[in-house]
Amino acid sequence: MRKYQKNLIVSEVEHLSEKYVLLKLTDNEPLPEIHPGQFVEVLTPNSKTLLRRPISVNYVDRDNNKLWLLIAMIGDGTKAIGSLRPGDLLNLVFPLGNGFSPVQKVGEEVLLVGGGVGIAPLLEYGKYLKENGAKPSFLLGARTAADLLLIDKFESIAKVYITTEDASAGEKGFVTQHSVLQKKNFDRISVCGPKPMMMAIAGYAKQANIPCEVSLENMMACGLGACLCCVEKTVKGNVCVCTEGPVFNINDLTWQI
Amino acid sequence: MADINVNIAGIQMKTPVMTASGTFGYGLEYADLVNLEDIGAIIVKGTTFNARQGNDYPRMAETPSGMLNCVGLQNKGVKYFCKHIYPKIKDLKTNMLVNVSGSAPEDYAQCAEQINELEHIPAIELNISCPNVKQGGMAFGVTTTGAASVVKAVRAVYHKPIIVKLSPNVTSIADIARAVQDEGADALSCINTLMGMSIDIERRRPRLSISTGGLSGPAVKPVAVRCVWQVAQAVKIPIVGLGGISSAEDAIEFMMAGASAVQVGTANFINPAISVKISQGINDWLDNHGYRSVQEIVGAIL
Repeated sequence: MRKYQKNLIVSEVEHLSEKYVLLKLTDNEPLPEIHPGQFVEVLTPNSKTLLRRPISVNYVDRDNNKLWLLIAMIGDGTKAIGSLRPGDLLNLVFPLGNGFSPVQKVGEEVLLVGGGVGIAPLLEYGKYLKENGAKPSFLLGARTAADLLLIDKFESIAKVYITTEDASAGEKGFVTQHSVLQKKNFDRISVCGPKPMMMAIAGYAKQANIPCEVSLENMMACGLGACLCCVEKTVKGNVCVCTEGPVFNINDLTWQI
Repeated sequence: MADINVNIAGIQMKTPVMTASGTFGYGLEYADLVNLEDIGAIIVKGTTFNARQGNDYPRMAETPSGMLNCVGLQNKGVKYFCKHIYPKIKDLKTNMLVNVSGSAPEDYAQCAEQINELEHIPAIELNISCPNVKQGGMAFGVTTTGAASVVKAVRAVYHKPIIVKLSPNVTSIADIARAVQDEGADALSCINTLMGMSIDIERRRPRLSISTGGLSGPAVKPVAVRCVWQVAQAVKIPIVGLGGISSAEDAIEFMMAGASAVQVGTANFINPAISVKISQGINDWLDNHGYRSVQEIVGAIL
């Protein structure tokens, strides 16, 4: 899959909360092919940070030729990205990584589990699954109702199950405690979020004998498989998350679950 | 258009700008993003006689104007390189050099001996300065006798140009440079990373899995320029300067200090096409300043 370095145009900036910004980027040419679960390396528009920031693709709006990035403003790099305004340019190297699995069989029930900013790539994946004959559902976890992002977008694609730690929305607790996991049989599960959450879901999936893949977010530099900084231990040894991942089948990892 | 062709120890290059080992993979990783033919030489990832898994994650930490890494020479070994990687890179229209590393003079030599057989690898870079492996690597590069012993062992079995990559983590880099020149090194790369450390104060632990790592990026540039300048006064063989180069002006600074060519490392992560941009920038700078050849600025301040 061909990679590009391009300056995309910031066309819309939506501040979802104090911490989260949704950037909608566009280009004069049609955006290249991007698989759900792939990511972009963003050049931070300030001088405090040196390296690019890997950000997962949240959504590709082909009708309007827009690429959405959901940014959690945590450090200097992501804060600088989040402070962009419409009309600014943002330099991207993309698309990178492998992405989530394609549809395995028509009608398959796929549960997409996300927490925090990890929900980002699931929106695009859910859209893809629905358009290609699978039946996605979302299970999204957050601390409180205020931390739930883009819920209307998720609901426009598929059924959304929610947990919050303070019961302000959906069921109380963590995603692993949601009743849907007991009530419904899913054909497979894809997860993106904090590592403890991914490990908990991976543990559940393994016990329930449900195929499961997780999207990792190891710190990386090049994003191209050159620097070997972002490695994850797998059954094949250390491999780059940026090229062999970010999506891994849990059976290929060496997690103690 | 100024003439920016250079010849380093017999390696003919159409630009003095090379890419540094460990920052550019095997070149192929960057093929969509930069025209590889426009790079003077690509020095591929550090290669050892036996395969190495490298260090545990985390291997990288961003620091002010720089980054630390402790990759630890992860590679599949020289046999794998010769059989599976060399066929894919041998026809690239640039100089493909292999960075050779080891943990004893013998395994440096065994590795170099196999690369000696590869027709389309015109030279090796000998890494006696990796700070991230417990035995070897930098251990050889920090003493004159250690450095000399590796070069001697490799010189006996490797019959093409040897570029020796020096460590800045020494008391006198000029002494090391002289020692490896005396053993038959054809050129020197100055410098490898500086040993550094960073601590996550909230978690009360080092950011890197093995605590320390090699610092690279703009932060190290003044140290690297100083090393090139000192080495240039100590040896007659050509010097390839590297350490934090991210613009044509940076490259010219190294060349004025005595480098005949330069390598771009960490900057490849920020702009995958930076090496070619730097070549163009050197050309423009020479034109604007009335130089006909890049040779005219090499060692200009010496």
